[in-house]
Amino acid sequence: MKLLTPLVALAALAAVPFFVGAYPLGLGIGILGYATLATAWALFSGPTRYISLATVAFFGIGAYTVAVLADLMPYPLVLLCAALIGLVVAVLVGLATLRLAGIYFVIFTFGLAELVRQLVTYYEVNVTRTLGRYVFLPIGPEHIYWQLLGLLAVTLALAFWISRAKIGLALRVIGDDPVVASHLGIGITRTKLALFSLSAVVMTLAGAIQAPRWTYIEPSIVFNPTVSFLTVIMALLGGPNRLFGPLLGAVPLFLLFEWLSANFPNHYSIILGLLFIAIVFLLPNGVLAAADKFAARFKNKEASA
Amino acid sequence: MLFSAILTGLVLGGTYALIAMGLTLQYGVARIMNLAYGDLIIAGSFGAMLLFTAAGINPLIALFIVVPLGFALSWLVYALMLQPLARRSPNRDRLEGDSILATFGLLFVIQGVALVLFGANYQSYSFLAVPIDVLGTTIAANRLLAFALAVLFGVGLWLLLTRTRFGTVIRAVAANPGSAPLVGINVDHVARLAFALGGGLAAAGGVVVSMYLTFSATMGVIFTMKALIVVIMGGVGNLLGALAAGLILGVVETLVSSFIDPGLTLAATYLIFLAVLVVRPQGLFGKAAR
Repeated sequence: MKLLTPLVALAALAAVPFFVGAYPLGLGIGILGYATLATAWALFSGPTRYISLATVAFFGIGAYTVAVLADLMPYPLVLLCAALIGLVVAVLVGLATLRLAGIYFVIFTFGLAELVRQLVTYYEVNVTRTLGRYVFLPIGPEHIYWQLLGLLAVTLALAFWISRAKIGLALRVIGDDPVVASHLGIGITRTKLALFSLSAVVMTLAGAIQAPRWTYIEPSIVFNPTVSFLTVIMALLGGPNRLFGPLLGAVPLFLLFEWLSANFPNHYSIILGLLFIAIVFLLPNGVLAAADKFAARFKNKEASA
Repeated sequence: MLFSAILTGLVLGGTYALIAMGLTLQYGVARIMNLAYGDLIIAGSFGAMLLFTAAGINPLIALFIVVPLGFALSWLVYALMLQPLARRSPNRDRLEGDSILATFGLLFVIQGVALVLFGANYQSYSFLAVPIDVLGTTIAANRLLAFALAVLFGVGLWLLLTRTRFGTVIRAVAANPGSAPLVGINVDHVARLAFALGGGLAAAGGVVVSMYLTFSATMGVIFTMKALIVVIMGGVGNLLGALAAGLILGVVETLVSSFIDPGLTLAATYLIFLAVLVVRPQGLFGKAAR
């Protein structure tokens, strides 16, 4: 019975492409993409409070892998390769930084996208001698929509399972107090590494799945740092510690940014930055937590009256 | 060729050391990891360029206008944005997280303003671009001047911190913000001043950068990254460490770009960073215990 609601919701969302035109479908793909990224981000950063600014590094790796390998092998195999590459990069980054204080992790991820972008550019300019690639895959927007929906559903299911499983509890203990965690016998680095890699693989796949939409791919397009920025702000708005928090943050913010970039293309990043600061100040734990607080206060008032 | 590359590298490293000193003040004393730091540097560069091209003001004079502006702007940012966060935070970890997020937002605001005003193109102006002979190799006069300025600011800051009462107070807060109030130090006040001082140094670094490098509105992230790497390599709060680490980074970058490939400089920077993180996370010259 408990499974019925999410399944009905999923079926309803899956039917959307049959009823809407090209533009709403594009919006749907955008929302699903960011909802997936934000949920994956919160999977690791929510409980541990390690702020990852590397979302677009993995996202771009996914998209680029598809651009490079699409002509060489069947599509499912391409996705698998993308996931593997994302996993390897995540494990390397995690091994180097997750043993140390959180600040090193933040700094390292802060420049990671720029590093990957420069390396890919270097490789393309010096080895393949072409900057930019074309992706011609027989994959329509509705297929991208369904794939993203599937990925989002799987990510949410994983997040739900993790919050109930032992590893989720371990992660929350680490986030609250790493000293206590180590005294309880929790393998701190191992737990963090596992979760960080999982979240990175989801981000890589989100990039890989959306690659056919662009047709033309270039490092400066797929490694755009604004993607990392949007992901963090969406997860923070909704509340990174709630299952549906990041999803709830992604929907309104994506629509808002879509509107902003159409109407205020020049002032886009100023408005974005101010909004970000406002969210950090006013909603430190997200909208859902604030709503709960408000509801609790309202109830207390009613009880006392 | 090798000597010339090392010389160029030392000059570049002087600038890195200069900008890293500002960041180490902000992070070591005010405990704010400022991700918008590089964008303040770029703002300083644009300021110097505007004064030079529009009003014909020599960048050396521009320092006296741009640096106080950087100081004032950082003072305001700390007072309006970061101090409330510091008051709200129950512990240092929470403040670190919140300040990273808030300054991440600030990064986009400053960058957005620069994009609106100056566009996304690379900018530069020609100032003192005359070759000077140094021990058999030639180097542009503006680079030498940039190096001299970096040394001047570095020595000045070092004297301020070690020879004056104000400097002692700053070091006391850096060493132990919990105990500093016990000897009558107003930590809030000192942190704000140190943060502003770091902002002034960033603006100075921006003016110096603009004299000999091309820059663009979106380059701030790279400067932040390099300053952070120098700070961590040198050990947080360690001025001489920042100087040594800055010079090392400058020389390595120049060697990589002149002998291997200019496209790999950032990769080289990252490799050094990784090596330091894995071998000596407390910094090359930092103390062992955390």
